[in-house]
Amino acid sequence: MLCDICGNVEATVHLTEIINDKMTKLHLCEGCARKKGGEMEEHFGLNDLLAGLADFGTQLETDVSTKATCPNCGLSYTDFKRTGRLGCGDCYETFRKNLAPLLKRIHGSDRHIGKTPKMVSKKLKKVVSEEDRALELRKKLQEAIRMEEFEEAARLRDKIRTLETRPKR
Amino acid sequence: MKLDDLLKHTSEWLRGTGPKSNIVISSRVRLARNLDKKPFSNWANAKRQKEALTIIKAAVENTSYLKGALFVNMKNTDELDRHFLMERNLISKEHMANVENKAVVISDNEIVAIMINEEDHLRLQVIQSGFKLMEVWRMIDSIDQELSKYLSFAYSPRWGYLTSCPTNTGTGLRASCMLHLPALMLANQMDKVLDAVGKLGLTVRGLYGEGTQASGNFFQVSNQVTLGRSEEDIIDNIERVINQIVVREENMRNSFLKRNREMLSDRVFRAYGTLKSARIITSSETIKLLSAIRLGVDMGFIKDIDQRMVNELFILTQPAHLQKIDGKVLSPSERDARRADLIREKLIERKGKKR
Repeated sequence: MLCDICGNVEATVHLTEIINDKMTKLHLCEGCARKKGGEMEEHFGLNDLLAGLADFGTQLETDVSTKATCPNCGLSYTDFKRTGRLGCGDCYETFRKNLAPLLKRIHGSDRHIGKTPKMVSKKLKKVVSEEDRALELRKKLQEAIRMEEFEEAARLRDKIRTLETRPKR
Repeated sequence: MKLDDLLKHTSEWLRGTGPKSNIVISSRVRLARNLDKKPFSNWANAKRQKEALTIIKAAVENTSYLKGALFVNMKNTDELDRHFLMERNLISKEHMANVENKAVVISDNEIVAIMINEEDHLRLQVIQSGFKLMEVWRMIDSIDQELSKYLSFAYSPRWGYLTSCPTNTGTGLRASCMLHLPALMLANQMDKVLDAVGKLGLTVRGLYGEGTQASGNFFQVSNQVTLGRSEEDIIDNIERVINQIVVREENMRNSFLKRNREMLSDRVFRAYGTLKSARIITSSETIKLLSAIRLGVDMGFIKDIDQRMVNELFILTQPAHLQKIDGKVLSPSERDARRADLIREKLIERKGKKR
C-alpha cells in the first residue's frame, strides 16, 4: 500500500482516528508521518513499544546520557527513542546507563554469554579489564554448574565476589 | 548465474527431505552483524552505506562458502524481482525498500543468503529442509567465523554483538523452524501450543516472518531472547520445544487416523479434487488446499504425488513466481487463472508420467 500523502513510498504507519464517532484511516510512509508532526509521534507503533521501555530507565536515573549524542555517529537518545534503532556500535557505550535496564527488560539479562569474534578474542587476551575478567569467570561458572562441578563453581563464585567488591580505581 | 536462473531450481529448503520433514518444512538460523565504528545502515548516509557495501562485498568474495555465489545489487532489481526473492525467503520485506546501497548474496543452492545493509550491515542466513537446527547453526557459525577474518565486527565483551535494534543484541541469533500443524489446528489445540511456546521465550509467526499472518496451518517458531544465553543453548531450547510440538502433532494425526479416518480422507480428497479442477484460484485458497494435500500425502491417502511436488507448488503459485514464469506482470485476476492452470498442469502431467 502506498502512502496517502506522497503516493510513492510504501506506507508503514497506519493510523485510525475516531473523532465524534467518525472513523478515519490514514496510511502513511514514515517520512510523511514524521512531517505530519508531533501529534503523530504517539502512533509510531512497534518502535514506540521499544521507546516506551527505553523511557522507563530514564525515569529512574535521569542522567547525562539522555542528553548526550554519540561521539562516533551523532545519534542522540531522542533519536533512539523515536526510531527504536541505535546508530552504531559505540552508541551502546554512550547510552550505557539507559541501555542496561532496557536490555534487561527485553532479554531478562544484560550480559552476553556466547561466541566472540576471532579478531576480538585475540585482542581480549592482551587487554582484559577487570569487568571483562569477571565476565569470563561468570561464563566459566555457568559451565561448571552445568557440568555439576560444584567445588569448581564455588571457587569461581568467590573469585567473582572479590573481584566485584574490590573498590573501583 | 543470473537471478532468473533461480526459477529453474527448487530451493534446498523446499526439497521436502531431512528429519521430520513431514512436519518440519525447514530450519533456519540468521545472525545479525555490524562493522565496528561504522554507522548502522539505517543511520548512515548514502556515502557511508556505500562504503559498508564495498567492504562487505570484498569480504564475501573471499569467503570459501560463497564461491560462485550470486551477488545481487538490489538497485538493479525491479519490484517483481524483489517479491520473487522474498517469496523464496532470501530477503526480508524491509530489504525491498530504499534499495540504493542494498545487496543480497545467494549461494548456488540457496542454502546461504546474506543481506547487506538491511537494518544491520550483515544479515547472514542458512536455511535447509527438515528439522536440523544444530547442523544449520554449525554451518552458519563457520561462515561467520570465516567472515570475521576479513571484517571487524561491532562487539563488546559485556553486550556481545552490537546490533541496530536492541532486540537482537548479544548473539544476534534468530533460529526458526517452519512447521506444518494441520492436525493440531483441526483439534483446536493450537491456542494451547502457542500459549506454552510463548512462556518459554519463543514466538510464533506466519510464513514469512515478522508481521505476516499464519495461513494454511503453517507456523514459524523462533527464539525471542538473544542476550544472556549461548548460541548452543538457544538452539537446544528451541529444538526441545519443537520436538514436543512434533510429537503432539504426530499423535494427533494418528488419533485422527484411528477415529476420524473418513472425515480426514474426505477433506484431503476434496482439496485434491478442487486443485485438479479449478479454473480460478486465489493464493490463500491454494495454500489452504495444499496444506490438506500435504497432510494427505504424509498419511498415505494420496499416493501419486510426493511432498516435494507439494512444496514446489506451494512456492510456484505465489504471485511473483507466477509472473516470473510468464515473464510478465499479471493483474490479480489474471494470476488467479494462471495459478489454476499451473496447478492442473503440474498435478495432471505428473499423473501421466506415473502410468
